[in-house]
Amino acid sequence: MEILLQQIINGLVQGSVYALVALGYTMVYGILGLINFAHGEVVMVGAMLALSALTALLGWGVPPLLALPISLILAMLGCMVLGYGIERIAYRPLRHAPRLAPLITAIGVSIVLQNLAMMVWGRQYHAFPQLIANQPHLIGGAIINDIQIIIFIMALAIMAGLMVVVHRTRLGRAMRAVAENQHAAQLMGVDINRVISITFMLGSALAAVAGLMVSANYGLAHYYMGFLLGLKAFTAAVLGGIGNLRGAMLGGLLLGLIESLGAGYIGDMTGGFLGSHYQDVFAFFVLIAVLVFRPSGLLGERIAERA
Amino acid sequence: MKLPVQRAKIVFWLALAALLLLPFVTDALLGRGWVRIADFAMLYIMLALGLNIVVGLAGLLDLGYIAFFAVGAYCYALTGSPHLALAFPSLFPGGVHLPFWIVLPLAALVAGGFGVLLGAPTLRLRGDYLAIVTLGFGEIIRIFLNNLNAPLNLTNGPQGISRIDPIRVADVSLNASQEIFGITLPSVHLYFYLFLAFTALVIFISRRLEKSRIGRAWMAIREDEVAASAMGINTRNLKLLAFAMGAMFGGVSGTLFAGFQGFVSPESFSLMESIMVLCMVVLGGMGNIAGVILGGVLLALLPEVLRHGIVPLQQALFGKTVVDPESLRMLLFGGALIVMMLYRPAGLLPSRVRRRELDTDEAA
Amino acid sequence: MNNIAALPLLQLSSIGKQFGGLSALSDVSLHIRRGEIYGLIGPNGAGKTTLFNVITGLYQANAGEFQFNGHSYKACKPHVLAQAGIARTFQNIRLFANLTALENVMIGRHLRTRAGVFGALLHNLATRNEERAIAKRAGELLHYVGIEKPGQTLAKHLSYGEQRRLEIARALATDPLLLALDEPAAGMNATETESLKALLQMIRASGITVLLIEHDVKLIMGLCDRVAVLDYGKKIAEGIPEEVRLNPGVIAAYLGGGDE
Repeated sequence: MEILLQQIINGLVQGSVYALVALGYTMVYGILGLINFAHGEVVMVGAMLALSALTALLGWGVPPLLALPISLILAMLGCMVLGYGIERIAYRPLRHAPRLAPLITAIGVSIVLQNLAMMVWGRQYHAFPQLIANQPHLIGGAIINDIQIIIFIMALAIMAGLMVVVHRTRLGRAMRAVAENQHAAQLMGVDINRVISITFMLGSALAAVAGLMVSANYGLAHYYMGFLLGLKAFTAAVLGGIGNLRGAMLGGLLLGLIESLGAGYIGDMTGGFLGSHYQDVFAFFVLIAVLVFRPSGLLGERIAERA
Repeated sequence: MKLPVQRAKIVFWLALAALLLLPFVTDALLGRGWVRIADFAMLYIMLALGLNIVVGLAGLLDLGYIAFFAVGAYCYALTGSPHLALAFPSLFPGGVHLPFWIVLPLAALVAGGFGVLLGAPTLRLRGDYLAIVTLGFGEIIRIFLNNLNAPLNLTNGPQGISRIDPIRVADVSLNASQEIFGITLPSVHLYFYLFLAFTALVIFISRRLEKSRIGRAWMAIREDEVAASAMGINTRNLKLLAFAMGAMFGGVSGTLFAGFQGFVSPESFSLMESIMVLCMVVLGGMGNIAGVILGGVLLALLPEVLRHGIVPLQQALFGKTVVDPESLRMLLFGGALIVMMLYRPAGLLPSRVRRRELDTDEAA
Repeated sequence: MNNIAALPLLQLSSIGKQFGGLSALSDVSLHIRRGEIYGLIGPNGAGKTTLFNVITGLYQANAGEFQFNGHSYKACKPHVLAQAGIARTFQNIRLFANLTALENVMIGRHLRTRAGVFGALLHNLATRNEERAIAKRAGELLHYVGIEKPGQTLAKHLSYGEQRRLEIARALATDPLLLALDEPAAGMNATETESLKALLQMIRASGITVLLIEHDVKLIMGLCDRVAVLDYGKKIAEGIPEEVRLNPGVIAAYLGGGDE
C-alpha cells in the first residue's frame, strides 16, 4: 500500500513536469499543425541556463531564495528568445512548404542545440545546488519532499494561469482564432505572425520552468536531458489529444502515473520476466492501446470525416 | 531533357563502369576507410528507398523505421553466430549457423511480418499520431533488444552479438581478399559489389512498384484517403502492404549489415537512425527515387566528410583543436539540414510531379 | 431475388442517422429506379450530404437499412460499396491533387483491375496488357467528359469546371451502376452548367443511373425524372419535378427556411 502511494506521488510529480512540456508541444501544434521537435531541447537549454545563472548568483553571495526566482526568470527570458528565434529561422519560411519540410528543420535545430549545449556546458552532468532543506514528509507511509510539493503546486498554478490566458484574454482569443482558422482570423484583423511568435515564446517559457523543475527534482542537468523528456512529453500530448490544452495536462499526469506504476509493478505482473527498465515500453504500449481505441487521443476531437 | 535511347544507353554503361571502378579509385585517392563508408552509404540508400515506399508513396509518416533494419540484423545475428550455442548449449549444441542466403528471405519475411504488426493497430491513425506510434514501436523494439538478455539470454543485451558469419557468395567468403583475373579485391570491395547489386535490385523494385496499379493506389491514399476509399481502394490492405514492403526492404538491408559488420548491438538502432533515414528521404525529394538516392548519399557521406575535415581545418586555422570535433561535426550537420531544407523545401530533387508543378508555376 | 432487374436499383428503408444527440436523418425511405436521374434537394443543412455519405459508406446509419442491386448493405466500408457499383463525387472537390488528370482516372480503374505486387515486379504480359487497357480507358473517359488538356496536367492545375468533370470521369472509371453526384454544378457559370447537363444526359443514356444532389433547383427540374425533398432530415416530398414544385410543404420549407 505504501509502495502504491509512493508510486502515485512520484508519478504525479513527474507527470506535472511532462504536462508543462506537453503544453508547449500542443500549443504549437494547435496553431500551426506542426510537431515542434526541438521543444525538448528548449527544455534542456532552460535547465542549463537556470543552473548557470543560479551557480553564478550563489557565487556572488545572493541569498538562495532570491537567486532561484531570478535565475528562473532569466532562463524563461532566454528560452523565449530561443523559441522566437527557432520559429523565425526554421519554421516561418516553410509555412507553405510540404508538410514534412519543417519536421526536418526541427530535427536540424535539435541537433544544433544539443551540440551547442555540449560545447558550452560540456559532456558532464551538472549537479543542482541544494537551496532549501528539502524536508521529507511522511504521508501514509509514503515520502514526499519539499521540492516535489513545490513542483507539483507550481505546475498546477502555471497550468491554471495558462488556461486563464487562453480563455479569458484578448491574446488567448486571438490564439484560439488562429488555431481554428488562420485565414479567417487574418481577415478579422488578427496579426497571425505575432500570435504565432507569442505562442512559441509562451511554450518556451513553460519549457524553461519545466527544465528547472526536472533538474531540481533529480538534482542533475545534462546536455542530453531534453531528448527523452521531449519524447515523453510529446507522447503525453498525443495521449491527451494533441492540440488540446486540457488533453496535454491530462496526458502528462497520466503518463507520469503510468510510468511510475508500471515501473513499480511490471516485475510483479510478469512474474519477474520484465524488470523496471521496461518502464518506457510500458508507456508506449499504453499510448498505442489508447490510440487504437481513441485515434485522436483521450480529449481530442473526434473528427467526423467531412465529405 | 529526354535523351535519345542511344545516348541513354551510353550514359548507363558509363555510370556502371564508374561505379565498378569506384572502390579502386576511392581506395587509391582517399584510403580504404572510405570504401567502407561507401558500403555503409549503400545500406542507407536501401533503407531510404524502403522508407520512401511508406512515406513517399503511401504518405504514412514512419519514425520507427530502423526497427525493421534491427529485425533483419538480429535475424542473421542469431542464426549466423555462436551466440545461441553459448546461451542455450543444450538446445543448440553446435550453434545454428544457417547460411546467409537462407536467412535473407526469411529475415525479409520476418521484417515484413513486423511491418504488418506495426501497421495493424495504426490503420485508423492519421499523420502525426501515426508518427508517434511508429516512433514508440521503434523504441519498443530497441528496448527489448537491449533487455532480452535476462532471464533468457536471447539478444545478449547491450553488449550485442558478435562473431556473425561473413556473407559467402558461391562458397567464397567476402571477409577475405579474393583474387580474380589477377586483381586483388579486398573484403570491403567485395561487399561494395554485393551491396551495389542489392541496391540496384531495390531501385528496380521501387521503380516497378511506383509505376504500377499498386503504386497508384498508394499515391491515391497519400493524396486523399477518403476519396481513395470511395474509388474502391481497400485502404486497410494497401496500407498494410506498404508497411510490409517497406519493412522487407529494411529487413534485407539489416541482414546485409549484420553479415558485413559481423557484430550487431542495440546501439545501432536508435531513434536518431530512424530520423536520419527519414531525413534522407525528405531532403532528397520524397517520392522521387533519384532524389532519395541523392539524399542517402549526401547524408551518409556528410558526417564522414565533416569528421575527416574538421580536425585538419581547426589545426590550419588555430594551430590546435579548439572545439570538440565530434560536437562541431554534428552541429554543422544539423545546420546543413536546416539550410538545405530552407532553400529546397520540396527536397533537392523534387518528385517529377512537384517539378512539373514548379515549371508550370513559373510559366504562369 | 430471381429477378433483380425488376427491383429498384437502390432502396432505402427508414434510414436514421444521429450525430451525438443531433438527428441528421430520420426515417428516410426512398427508392431509385434503374436508368433514371433522381434528384435530391432541400435547404442547407437538410441532410442531403449526410444521406449521400450513408449511401456511399462514409457514415454508418444508426437505423434502417438499404438495398442496392438486390443486396442488403449495412455497416459497409466505402470500397465495398464502390465494388458493388456506387461511385460518387464530392461537394468540395476531392481529387488526387498532385497526380495528373490521367492518373486520377486510372486510379478509378483500380477496382476493376487485378495486378498485384508480383504483377508489378514481373511486369508480365498480363500486367502490361492490363496497364495499357487502364491507360486507354482513362484517356477515353477524359475525352468523354470533355477534358482535352494533356493527361499530364496535374489535377490541381485544371480549371474549376474541369476539376468537377475530372471527378465525374474518375467515378465513371469504376464502372458504376449508380453515379452519385454531390452538387456537381456548385460554383459553375451558366455555360459550364449547360455542358454539365448535357454530360449527365449522355451518361444516363449510356445506362448508368444518376443520383444528383443539387442546390440549383432549375437544373434539377430540367434534368431529373423524379425528385425527393429533404428538410430537417426528413423526406417531405417525392415525385416528378412538376408535382414537387407545387407541393405546399416544399414551398414552405424553401421560403420559411429563408436561406434560399
